Amino acid sequence: MYLYSIAFYLFSIVAVLSALMVVSAKNPVHSVLFLILSFVNASGLFVLLGAEFLAMILVVVYVGAVAVLFLFVVMMLDINFVKLREGFLQYLPFGALLGIVLIIELGILFLTNSFSENALTQFINSPKIDDIENTKLIGKVLYTDYFYLFQISGLILLVAMVGSITLTLRDRGQVKRQNITSQNFIDANNAIEKKKIKLGEGI
Amino acid sequence: MIYLEHYLFLAAIIFTIGVLGIFLNKKNVIIILMSIELILLSVNINLISFSVFLNDISGQIFAMLTLTVAAAEAAIGLAILVVFYRNLGSIEVSKINKLKG
Repeated sequence: MYLYSIAFYLFSIVAVLSALMVVSAKNPVHSVLFLILSFVNASGLFVLLGAEFLAMILVVVYVGAVAVLFLFVVMMLDINFVKLREGFLQYLPFGALLGIVLIIELGILFLTNSFSENALTQFINSPKIDDIENTKLIGKVLYTDYFYLFQISGLILLVAMVGSITLTLRDRGQVKRQNITSQNFIDANNAIEKKKIKLGEGI
Repeated sequence: MIYLEHYLFLAAIIFTIGVLGIFLNKKNVIIILMSIELILLSVNINLISFSVFLNDISGQIFAMLTLTVAAAEAAIGLAILVVFYRNLGSIEVSKINKLKG
């Protein structure tokens, strides 16, 4: 149990500090890397909680795809990032006030007894997590009870893919492409010209 | 002992940092998108910790759907960002007024 507590505090402190660095880093490449660190620590917390499948999904999808996409876009855009940080300190007092108020309100909400486990367990009617493996249980529920949600999430991904390709696709005017229709409709009589060339004169 | 409230406090702290990131970086769209990712991460921590402490698997299913939506949102947001940079040569939020909104 001590080891569990130590691991929880280690993962959560690193996650919170790296989240702070995401917001306040000068270089956006650094903040993407801190975002990756934050996600890795959150997946460690998920492993501690016993949700191994979600932890692996978080590492594979977020660190492997989304964060690398962010890194790619940050490196592709050629921007003066120092100019973009102007006015950062201007909103700091108001932002800090808002953050303190928000965290105090959330803390008061969690300290009430409405989130204690006895108050919430009466609403449960789905399978218990106790003895079966996490991934197997998710598979059992995902393809039966939540099948429509699963398919809708696939559709959401499809729409996102089509949308982002359509947004970034552009037609460059001067690029030469193969025109298959005109190639297919070509005629041998028009395409080939016969000429009689006299000796020693050329065309 | 670590209880449910510890995880909820952690998620609240990360959520607040995400909201602060949107507030403080008034110009850089990339940081704003990353702050949105942080907020969604805190939502995921909430969903999974409730799911584990209440012994109910459906929270993890919903966390997976949140991950899907977050990935789609990041892809579309970055595509819009690239198109915006291509048209204006800058990613300042204060210059996004083409729609006259």
